[in-house]
Amino acid sequence: MSGIMVKNITKKFGDFVAVNNVSFDVREGELAALLGPSGSGKSTLLRVIAGLENPDMGQIFLTGKDVTPLRTQKRNVGFVFQHYALFKHMTVEKNIAFGLEIQKKDKKEIKQKVEELIDLVKLNGYNKHYPSQLSGGQRQRVALARALATEPKVLLLDEPFGSLDAKVRKNLAQWIRDLHSRVNVTSVFVTHDQNEAIEISDKIIVINRGKVEQIGNATDVYEHPKSKFVASFVGNVNVINANIKKNYIVITGTKEKIQFKEKTGINFQNIVLLIRPEDIIIKDNSTEDTVPCIINGIYYRGSFYEVDLKVGTNNVKSLVPKENFFKFEWQKGEKVYVRFRKFKIFEASEGHKKVHEMLKQLGYIE
Amino acid sequence: MENKTNCVEIVRKQKQTGKWILISVVLLWFFVLIIFPLIGIVMETFKNAISVITSSLSSTASTHAFWLTILITFVAVIINTIFGTIMAIVFAKQNFKGKLFLESLIDLPFAVSPIVAGFMFVILFGPGGWIGSWFYSMNIKIIYALPGMIIATLFVTLPFVAKEIIPVLREFGIEQDEAALILGASQWQIFWKVTLPSIRWGLAYGVTLTIARSIGEFGAVLVVSGSIINKTQTATLRIHDQFTDLNYAGAFSAALILALISFIILNLIQYAQKRKERI
Amino acid sequence: MNKGLKRFVKGDLTVRGIALFYIGLLIILPVIAITTEAFKGGIPNLWKQITLPQALFSLKFTFIIALIMLVINIITGTATAWVLVRYDFPLKKTINALIDIPFAIPTVVTGMMLIVLCGPRSLIGDFFGKHGIEIIYNKPGIILALIFVTFPFVVRSVQPVLIEMERDMEEAAQTLGASKFKIFFHIVLPTIFPSVLTGAALSFSRALGEFGSIVIVAGNIPMKTQVASVYIYGEIESANIQSGLGTAVVLLLSSFIVLIFLNFIQRWSNKYGK
Repeated sequence: MSGIMVKNITKKFGDFVAVNNVSFDVREGELAALLGPSGSGKSTLLRVIAGLENPDMGQIFLTGKDVTPLRTQKRNVGFVFQHYALFKHMTVEKNIAFGLEIQKKDKKEIKQKVEELIDLVKLNGYNKHYPSQLSGGQRQRVALARALATEPKVLLLDEPFGSLDAKVRKNLAQWIRDLHSRVNVTSVFVTHDQNEAIEISDKIIVINRGKVEQIGNATDVYEHPKSKFVASFVGNVNVINANIKKNYIVITGTKEKIQFKEKTGINFQNIVLLIRPEDIIIKDNSTEDTVPCIINGIYYRGSFYEVDLKVGTNNVKSLVPKENFFKFEWQKGEKVYVRFRKFKIFEASEGHKKVHEMLKQLGYIE
Repeated sequence: MENKTNCVEIVRKQKQTGKWILISVVLLWFFVLIIFPLIGIVMETFKNAISVITSSLSSTASTHAFWLTILITFVAVIINTIFGTIMAIVFAKQNFKGKLFLESLIDLPFAVSPIVAGFMFVILFGPGGWIGSWFYSMNIKIIYALPGMIIATLFVTLPFVAKEIIPVLREFGIEQDEAALILGASQWQIFWKVTLPSIRWGLAYGVTLTIARSIGEFGAVLVVSGSIINKTQTATLRIHDQFTDLNYAGAFSAALILALISFIILNLIQYAQKRKERI
Repeated sequence: MNKGLKRFVKGDLTVRGIALFYIGLLIILPVIAITTEAFKGGIPNLWKQITLPQALFSLKFTFIIALIMLVINIITGTATAWVLVRYDFPLKKTINALIDIPFAIPTVVTGMMLIVLCGPRSLIGDFFGKHGIEIIYNKPGIILALIFVTFPFVVRSVQPVLIEMERDMEEAAQTLGASKFKIFFHIVLPTIFPSVLTGAALSFSRALGEFGSIVIVAGNIPMKTQVASVYIYGEIESANIQSGLGTAVVLLLSSFIVLIFLNFIQRWSNKYGK
C-alpha cells in the first residue's frame, strides 16, 4: 500500500518508553493528526517517521517501501518544525531552494519551482526577506514551502500552529486544509489541540503515554470514544460516579436510578458515566428517565448558557441553548431535573474485564 | 503649593549633580588611563625627527621582525581557526564524560602567565623534553626557533575562536541542522551551508581577537624564542630590545605602528561584534 | 542502529578525537610536563626553591600589588559600566568603543606609553618626582600598568548584566520608599555581584601573570620591585631552571584556582540568576 505505514514502533530514551509498540497507517493523500497531551510521545513518533530518531523496534514504510534502514536524507520526507527551523542567514527564496540545490537541480528549474511555491504560499514580494523580517504566520508558510519544494512523498508537521496566536492559528489551519486538498500529499501533523485535529484532519490518531488510544475520524473519536482518556481529552466531558444494581444505574449520593434499555441483571460497584455537557438536558418536571438536581450557578457564554448542576455528590456542567434558557428562566438554587441524552460507561478503576465485556455487548462501550 | 514644587526641583537638581559628578569622575579616570597614554606615544614618536623614524623602521632587523610577526600571526590564525571551530562543535554539540572539565580547561591560556606558558613549552619541547628530545634526535629545533614561537602563540590564542563560537552554536541549536538533514544535505554540506554561515560573525570576532593577541604577544614568545636579532625576533621583541638598548626613536616608532595596527583591529573587532549581535 | 546513524556517530568521534588531541598537546601535556619537572627533585627541594628570599618576595609582592589593583579596578570598573549603561553624555559611544583598547594594544607598547606619560622626563612624572613620589620604576607604575591592562575585564562583565537588569525591580523598591543608597546596595549590587566577581577574578589572574608591561615600567629590582613573572624570566635567562620552576608552579596553581573559582561563580549565578 502507499501512504505511511507505522508497524510496531517502540522508542526508548534510557528507561523511559516514549513510544510503545505503536502501529497505524495513513492512506495516500490523507491528512492525519497525531493528537495527544504533551509528553505523550507524538513528536517522537513523527521524528521516528522522518528518521531523526532511530526506533528500538518496528518498521516504517513510506509508499510501500521499508525505509527503516534509510538515512533521513534518503527518505524524501517533508518536515515542518515546530519553531520552523528556517535558515536564519538565508532569504525566503534561498530557504525554499535549499533542498533543490542539494539535489543539484538545474538553476532555471529551481528558480521556476521557487516562484511557484512562493505563489502557492502567498508570499509574493517577500523573496528577498530574511526570516527575522517575517511574522510568525509568514515564517510558517516559508517552512511549508521549503518542505514541499523537493516534492516529498509524505509531509510531516510538528505542532505546526503551536507557536502562533489564536487568530492566525485558525486562519492558517483552514488554509492548510485547503492547501492539502490542492497538493494532496500524504500528511501527518502533531497537535495537542483537539479542535485543530477535529477541524482539519481526515483521520485522528489519539496517543497517550506512548500508546495508541484510538484511531478514527473526528466523529468517531468525539462521539464514540473507546477509552476514558479519549473521551476526556477530546472535547469537554462530565464525570459522574455511579454503581450498577440489577437493571439500574444508581448515581452516587442519590437514590435516583436510570434504567438500562435492556435487562442486564448484573451488579457492579464504582463505574463512571461520561457525558458531554451538550448531552445533559435540563427539564422542569420529572419523567421516567430524569434525575433530580440543584442549579449551582448560571453563566452567560454568548451563544449559550453554561449551567452548573449538582447531581447527588457530583458536580456537572450543562450547555443550554439561549432560547431554551429564556423559555424557562431558571434561577440559582432551583431544583430541576436532567435527562442524559447520551453517555458512556467506563470502569472507575481499570482491570475489570467482566463488566467491560458485558457493557460492550450491551453497546455502552465499544 | 509653591513650596512643594520648590522641594521637588531641589531634589531633582541634587539627583542631576550626583549623576554629573559620577560621569565626570569616570571620564577623567578614562582619559588619564587610556587616552593620555595614547596621545603620549604619538607625541614622543614625532618628537624624534621623521628621518630617524624611517631609518630605524627600515633597518633590516626591524623589517625582519615585522615580517616574522606577520608570518607567525598568519599561521597561528589558520591553525587556531580550524581547531577552534572543531573544539567549539565538539563542546557545543556532543556529550561525553569529562566534557565540563575539558571545556573549562580551554580557558587556561587566559589565566596562566605568558612567562609560565613559555616555560612549559621550553620544558616540553626543549632538547631534554618529552617531545623535544624526539625532534632533536631528528635534527628539528623547536625551542629558540620558529616552530616553538608558533606553538607558544597557538597556546595563548587557543581559547579565542572556540570561546566565541560555543555560545553561538548552543543558541543556534539543532533544529536547522535537522531541517537540512531532511532536505537531503550531508554532514559536510550542513557544515558549509548551514553551520558556518550562521557562526561567521562569531568566527570573525574570534579571529580578530586571535590576530590582535598574536601580534601583541610578548612574554611567551620571548621565553621560547631567545630573541635572536634577524632570526627569532618578532616586532614586540624588537621593540623591547631597542628600548633596553636605549634606542628610543626606534622603539617608539615601532610601538606606534603596533598601536596603529591595534587600533585598526579594535575597529574590526567592534564591527564583528556588532554584526554578531545582529544575527 | 541503522547505517546512516552509525556513519554520523563515526564522524562525531573523529571530530572529538581531533579536539581532544589538540587540547591534550597544547594544554594538558605542557602542564603535566612542567609539574613533573618541578616535582622531580622532591617536595622539600621544591619548597626550598619557592621560599628562596628573592622568589618568596616576588610572589608576595605580586599578590599584594594585584590585590591593590583589584580594589581600584572593582570600584572604577563598576562605576564605568554604570555610567556607560545608565547615563547619556557626549562621546559615550566613542568611549564605549575605546574601553577595549588595553586588550588590543601589545603589552610592551602599554609599558612604553606609561613611561612617556609618567616617566621621569614627563610632565606628570616630573611633578610627582619633585614631591618625592616615583611613579615609573616603582610600585605606582606597576599598579598603573596592571590597572591599564585589566581595565576592560570588570567593565565588560558588568555591562551586559546592567543592560539586561529590569528597571522594574528598582522602581518597585522606590515605590516601597527605599533610598537611592539602599536601592543600590540591596537591589543593584546583589544582581551584578556575580559579574563583578567574574571580572575581578579575570583581572586578578591576568595581573598575577602580567609580564610585558611590567618588565618595562617596573625597574625589576630584586627584593624591591620584581614581580613573579619577571623573576621566573630572569631565572630562565640565567639557566636556573629549578628555581624558576618553583615560582612557576605557584603561579600555575593560582591560575587553576582562579579557573575553578570562575566555574563556581558561573554555576552559582546560573542557579540564582535566571
